[in-house]
Amino acid sequence: MQIIENSTVYDAIIVGSGAGGGMATKVLADAGLKVAVVEAGPFFDPADPEQKTQLRWPYESPRRGASTVRPFGDFDSAYGGWEIEGEPYTHKDGTKFDWFRSHMLGGRTNHWGRISLRFGPDDFKHKSIDGHGDDWPISYDDVKPYYDKVDKMIGVFGTKENIHNNPDGFFLPPPKPRLHELFYIKGARKTGVPVYPSRMSMLTKRINNDRGVCFYCGQCSRACQVYADFSAGTCLIFPAQKSRGQVDLFVNCVVREVTVDDEGKATGVSYINKEDRKEYKLKGKVVVLGASACSTARILMNSKSPQHPNGLGNSSDIVGKYLHDSTGADRMAFVPDLMNRKVSYNEDGVGGMHVYSPWWGDNSKLDFPRGYHIEIWGGMGMPSYGFGFNVNEFNKFFGTKVGGYGDVLRSDAKKYYGALVGLSGRGESIAYKDNYCEIDPNTVDEWGIPVLRFHYKWSEYEHKQAIHMHDTFEQILTNLGGEVLGSKPGKEADYGLHTPGRIIHEVGTTRMGDDPRTSVTNKYQQLHDADNVFVVDAGPFVSQADKNCTWTILALSWRASEYIVDQLKKQNL
Amino acid sequence: MDRRKSLKSIVLGSVAGGLAINGCKPGAETPVEEVALDPTAVKWRTDRENEHVAELERERFFNDHEAATMTVLCDLILPGGAEFKSASDAEVVPFIEFMAKDIPQMQVDLRGGLMWLDHKSNTEFGTEFKSATEEQQKSILDGIAYYDPDVPSSERPFEVNFFSLVRNHTMTGFYTSKIGIEELGYKGNMPNVWDGVPQDVLDQHGVSYEPEWLAKCVDQSKRNIVAEWDEDGNLIS
Repeated sequence: MQIIENSTVYDAIIVGSGAGGGMATKVLADAGLKVAVVEAGPFFDPADPEQKTQLRWPYESPRRGASTVRPFGDFDSAYGGWEIEGEPYTHKDGTKFDWFRSHMLGGRTNHWGRISLRFGPDDFKHKSIDGHGDDWPISYDDVKPYYDKVDKMIGVFGTKENIHNNPDGFFLPPPKPRLHELFYIKGARKTGVPVYPSRMSMLTKRINNDRGVCFYCGQCSRACQVYADFSAGTCLIFPAQKSRGQVDLFVNCVVREVTVDDEGKATGVSYINKEDRKEYKLKGKVVVLGASACSTARILMNSKSPQHPNGLGNSSDIVGKYLHDSTGADRMAFVPDLMNRKVSYNEDGVGGMHVYSPWWGDNSKLDFPRGYHIEIWGGMGMPSYGFGFNVNEFNKFFGTKVGGYGDVLRSDAKKYYGALVGLSGRGESIAYKDNYCEIDPNTVDEWGIPVLRFHYKWSEYEHKQAIHMHDTFEQILTNLGGEVLGSKPGKEADYGLHTPGRIIHEVGTTRMGDDPRTSVTNKYQQLHDADNVFVVDAGPFVSQADKNCTWTILALSWRASEYIVDQLKKQNL
Repeated sequence: MDRRKSLKSIVLGSVAGGLAINGCKPGAETPVEEVALDPTAVKWRTDRENEHVAELERERFFNDHEAATMTVLCDLILPGGAEFKSASDAEVVPFIEFMAKDIPQMQVDLRGGLMWLDHKSNTEFGTEFKSATEEQQKSILDGIAYYDPDVPSSERPFEVNFFSLVRNHTMTGFYTSKIGIEELGYKGNMPNVWDGVPQDVLDQHGVSYEPEWLAKCVDQSKRNIVAEWDEDGNLIS
């Protein structure tokens, strides 16, 4: 089978259409460039009334939204999941890493939590503070102008609070707390944990005339038909298509490798079209990788050539190393004071929490070096698969019988509806060289591309952080009047930590640095080994922070893309 | 759904669906035309997901007797009456039928549990469960419908777990249906403007908003005015 070459030479080929690839597409197209966007999944537009899942009722799914197929349920707008048929990955030494992939226009931004936290000054220089991991080659001041621009272009609600390591931005006003969130505020304060309005990228106020305003259905994980939350497709790719540049979308196309010339410079990419299962080549002056931290590492390691025998950008052998995900642990409580709720009003709100607690602790006085933030959930949500399971188990707190049948089940369902409050800790793990992904020499996917093999272990610092989370959750939940459910997980349960990868914040596989021997990209996310290849997903992150990574991916991708435009103008690439 | 559009999506779906089938089961002869006529295909699922749903819909799990027994059982769990609709009004049994195929680990427990019910009823009353009197049926349920939540489910008797499985799915099936959602009174899943918890609800639960907090929140009368900030990030519109 011959590889089919396209004669067009693009200014840039962008691999992936999520936060990083989407932002690169927008910035490069706005600069008038001719770009190709190569996306492994299908086209997706939540404004299409037939394609959208927003505002569908549970009975429109035969499994009522159960997670049998999509891990977050039938209506979640991420095609894919932890396991994708025909696209396996493997593990080394009995370790675990769960890799979430969403192949579709916009990628995982179609369903993410929209928690949009800037990294703070300490987050870029944590080694200087506590000796762990490494410092970034850039500082908060380098990224701040881009965070500001992202805030204004995409929109994020929040409040100015003047907290040193949780910098303020250009915020839209937040929504008022819901009932269970008022209980959280009470319980957290009593515990000495500060609470603030959350910072999330939904438009509580109009930001331009192209996007709508939030109509409070609480379903951001389903992607928004009026584009009132941030998804890369709706907020970056579609506007880029209307800009003065040229954007050619290649969907259902899986990039296999970056091709290079005799000097080792990139000439473009080769990809497999899923529809005809044939291999194609695209030519470009610049290749921008935004396939996700692990997918980008995989493409680089699979791009072996005489010029780059260890894979592209991998002369340091650092590609795939320092992989890290956020830590995560959760707990919930039954709150008797939230029983017998009136259902007279709609409290769907925005998708997710209206209040949150950023990290408040002083790690120099604790036995673990990095912090976590607390997310809050609860309320009278739309019933879906699982509603009414163990409907009256809370009867045990009142000494009455559990189980039964008949109309009593109806009154029990209503009595306990909305009486649960849950807390999730999402924290920073230390980046270790020994947590990595590499190419598995024994396995290919159905497209014939060698797959990733993971090696990942939490350290004692993450364990101690998780213990602190559960201790804190128990105090807060008790202080808000709740009966804490379940017991504190011990060593056998990894202290309640989710399996690495489960928080879906994979970062660090192509980390940036000034030294080409210990890093993959420079501070402009440009490969040390090939100056016309850039990485704009979370691969270049040196550390994770106790934040979510998307807002920083966006800011850094904007920064790298401006650099690309500048370097192209100067004919340096 | 617009018929022309739906035909288009069905045609697109059929090709990919056919490929998926042949890919999963080499040598299996599955006529593409049969898939093309699948009425369950929707554009909000992927082709592969549509094909999976269609496959499950084509299978049958409960036989006639089992389906009839389940109907009786589910209607004992959520009976109809003057005030409320029944489990069968909400078509709970077809939902459980689908879930048994979607999550096949349930199948043995469901089928075995129904056999247990008939055995118990035959032994005690000389008739299978569905034909017993309501009083007789309830006397059987009284023995299996309650459990001690402090005993792990793996240590509870099989028939108690069987009944919990059916009760759980009856509850979910009912309260995720249109009539169940109406009965529950859930008011969401429609466009609205969230402007805080109503005062009577705050009063009922003994909480209140702080004026300082509310002052930071969105003024919904200005939500359609395009946001502008001063250079310090203060919203000025």
